[in-house]
Amino acid sequence: MPDNPARAATGGPAPARLGPATSPQTVAIELTINGRPRRLAVAPWTTLLDLLREELDLTGTKKGCDHGQCGSCTVLLDGQRINACLVLAVMKDGSAVTTVEGLSGPDGALHPMQEAFIEHDAFQCGYCTPGQICSAVALVEEGRARAPDEIRELMSGNICRCGAYPNIVAAIQQVLASNGGAGR
Amino acid sequence: MPPIPNAETHVGSPRSRVDGRAKVTGGARYSAEFTAPDLAHGYVVNSTVAKGRITGIDTAAALAAPGVLAVFTHENRPRTAWFSYKYQDEVAPPGTPFRPLYDDKVVYSGQPVALVVAESFDAARHGASLVRVSYQAEAHETDLTSRMGEAYEPPKKRSGISPPPKPRGDAPGAYADSPVKVSGGYWAAYEHHNPMEPHATTVVWEGGGKLLVHDKNQGVLNAQSYVSSVFGLGKDDVRVVTPFVGGGFGSGLRPQYQLFLAVMAALELRRSVRVVLTRDQMFTHVYRPNTFQTVKLGANPDGTLRSIQHHSVTGTSQFEDYQEVVVNWTGTLYHCDNVELTQKLAKLDTYTPGDMRAPGAPTGLFAAESAMDELAYATGVDPIELRLKNYTEHDENEGKQFSSKELRACYEVGAERFGWSERNPEPRSMREGRELIGWGMASGAWEAQMMKTSARAVLTADGKLEVACATADIGTGTYTILTQIGADAFGLRMEDVTTRLGDTTLPYSPVEGGSWTAASAGTAVQLACEAVREKLFKHAQKASGSPLAGAKLDAVSFAGGRIEVTADPDRFVTIADAMRAGGVDRLEAEETANPSKIDQLRYTGYTHSAIFVEVRVDEELGVVRVTRVVDAVAAGKILNPKTARSQVVGGIVWGIGMALEEETLPDHNLGRFMNHNLAEYHVPVAADVQGIEVIFVDEHDTKVSPIGVKGLGEIGIVGTAAAIANAIYHATGKRIRDMPITIDKVLG
Repeated sequence: MPDNPARAATGGPAPARLGPATSPQTVAIELTINGRPRRLAVAPWTTLLDLLREELDLTGTKKGCDHGQCGSCTVLLDGQRINACLVLAVMKDGSAVTTVEGLSGPDGALHPMQEAFIEHDAFQCGYCTPGQICSAVALVEEGRARAPDEIRELMSGNICRCGAYPNIVAAIQQVLASNGGAGR
Repeated sequence: MPPIPNAETHVGSPRSRVDGRAKVTGGARYSAEFTAPDLAHGYVVNSTVAKGRITGIDTAAALAAPGVLAVFTHENRPRTAWFSYKYQDEVAPPGTPFRPLYDDKVVYSGQPVALVVAESFDAARHGASLVRVSYQAEAHETDLTSRMGEAYEPPKKRSGISPPPKPRGDAPGAYADSPVKVSGGYWAAYEHHNPMEPHATTVVWEGGGKLLVHDKNQGVLNAQSYVSSVFGLGKDDVRVVTPFVGGGFGSGLRPQYQLFLAVMAALELRRSVRVVLTRDQMFTHVYRPNTFQTVKLGANPDGTLRSIQHHSVTGTSQFEDYQEVVVNWTGTLYHCDNVELTQKLAKLDTYTPGDMRAPGAPTGLFAAESAMDELAYATGVDPIELRLKNYTEHDENEGKQFSSKELRACYEVGAERFGWSERNPEPRSMREGRELIGWGMASGAWEAQMMKTSARAVLTADGKLEVACATADIGTGTYTILTQIGADAFGLRMEDVTTRLGDTTLPYSPVEGGSWTAASAGTAVQLACEAVREKLFKHAQKASGSPLAGAKLDAVSFAGGRIEVTADPDRFVTIADAMRAGGVDRLEAEETANPSKIDQLRYTGYTHSAIFVEVRVDEELGVVRVTRVVDAVAAGKILNPKTARSQVVGGIVWGIGMALEEETLPDHNLGRFMNHNLAEYHVPVAADVQGIEVIFVDEHDTKVSPIGVKGLGEIGIVGTAAAIANAIYHATGKRIRDMPITIDKVLG
């Protein structure tokens, strides 16, 4: 059962925030999101995930647990895969964020990892998929995974409740093979 | 029917999902991702006691917080339906459904007791943290073991769920006389569905009393009926649109409480409202029940069954008698003259459990197929030979023939592929380093059902087809298979076909579940397409000098945007010319598929499987890994081997979770679940899943559904947990009858 939200109360003064655009408590930051520089006014408690989903309508990045336990919100932050729900947006001033919406080319051409996911049927309901794909793209860049066992281990932060794991591993193997096993 | 012959180009071939691009680019929108101008956000406050009364709710601080618009509680809930039956949905079990914010009574821990609505998600969450609720707690009971003595047979049976058959012969007497006996008690833990997408509803206030509702569910029409009945709205005023569902597994069959809360707030505030549950709130509604079973098998020394006794007690809520089929499988799978099967319920102070992937079957078969494995050891008969010895060619529970049953072939093909003949049955006989290796197998069965379903097909002169049905694609591949069926009906490319689902303005479908959607919606689409083909053909014959004049419909083919004489493809009329001849630019038909009443009287339909598992058990640490799975499945016609395999693989992964990991742990002192998050409720991750091979055995069946399809959503999970338990016995010599089989039990 959820704890009584009363327990989550900070005890501090109630924040007088109505929205990022009007609140005196927002902080100005700059983020490059999917290649586009954005000047944003964010509340200090807003996670990168809520910023993307609630403020910028970039809903490709999913909220599955909000606790860094499921990986659905995986995005690339300065090229590293991170859980966007565990990052406060204000702490990443000046960073570059790539979400699933930013992986395909401007002409709509899919990223090889996106192609491989479709080809290998590496998803069913699709909800964890953006996080899986972002995680997989970073995994290839990291250059650490070779064998299926390594892929499985290094992809285990991304839960797929539909159980598409064998197909996800196959998709990643295909991209790794076409890259000669190294980062892009 | 019978179906009009046309070349099957797409049906039966592996095809990538038609919604693939939307899903890999982030373009697919789920229920919490629709937006509206002036959208308000709701955040739920849940009870902290399991039973009692709310003595006070202090909402002053919440209401004073910036951005908070309203706090809804039982004290100020707007008027909703008085009678509890008004809250009954399409798949509700007998009883009085839970009514959110209805009164001051608390009937389970985690029950929603308030909804805070604010201008932003942050403000609503903050406001919720300021609501103070006081309770007069009462003594509760959430422990099934302490209610076993009060277990009862549900007086009212749940619609669509077969109660256990009447006893056959004298099972206790035959057991007493049997030379070989095995018996045991089996536990299955609470499990929560945990689809990756939390339950969410976005209600768009369209003005004029009209609501557009995006709700996570497995049946938009069920959600619409519920909203309309509870809030007294006309169905025309409530449109539910859910194109994508981020996993259901049964959790979206019944309307969950966020739907009620979001609609209530939208109606009262006269503006758009979104309510999204948190992951921990996903542990405050439906779950797979806690079940205790006993199985007694009596047999001859050669393994022939003389007696089957299988009994279960399942927990349910105080207010509804949830029922699923737990014990019947044993009587369906095996021939035996003396069979006694019973299912009882015990009332607990919890929310009502519900259907979770193959409800009842993996639980019941865990017990039954573990007992069969024990019998194999007790008699020295190979587990497959034992099952073949007790094989039945008709459904002895129902006294009907099977519409088809290729389980024998499943055993054979699965065993061959797995290398079963190499198995030394001696426990602890295989080892590599510190790991003990075990091989186990089990049978699986799930009902193959077809439900009344309608679909529409619209063909336009440009050779584009749209097929539509209100059913859902919860990841099952429904968009794709319906596209394949539509494309083949007219010989089109799949790109020329659009499939629309998950919208209450589309033709009727029941909830998506029970593995019935492919057979039901697939047949409906086929019928609608055939009706359009007939119309198109008549127009084509009317064209002046039509090369099809005098031709019969069954002598023509639809291919490449034209209707051609099958024996002489140079004689053809294009779709555009046929429509021109008929003076139309589109042809439309809506058809309803019904299961055959006659066939249902004479036959029962089941999907079958034989599943083979290899486990490796670290002898010192007790860690179990499933290293190899072969599942041979007989499921009638396979529409799309690619998505079909994924369905079965997913089911097997669920079986791995059930056998080894998944368990929601109640604290009976508090009457609540303790591990309400994905760090402590363990589901399989990539590292837990290694080689899985799925084989579809040929099975021809024209009785189960007109298109020969049986359904695949459940069959992957049903025998898996039993096969893993049997493999663990083979590896370690330990028979563990308590799921999940965690390290403590392996070492204990």
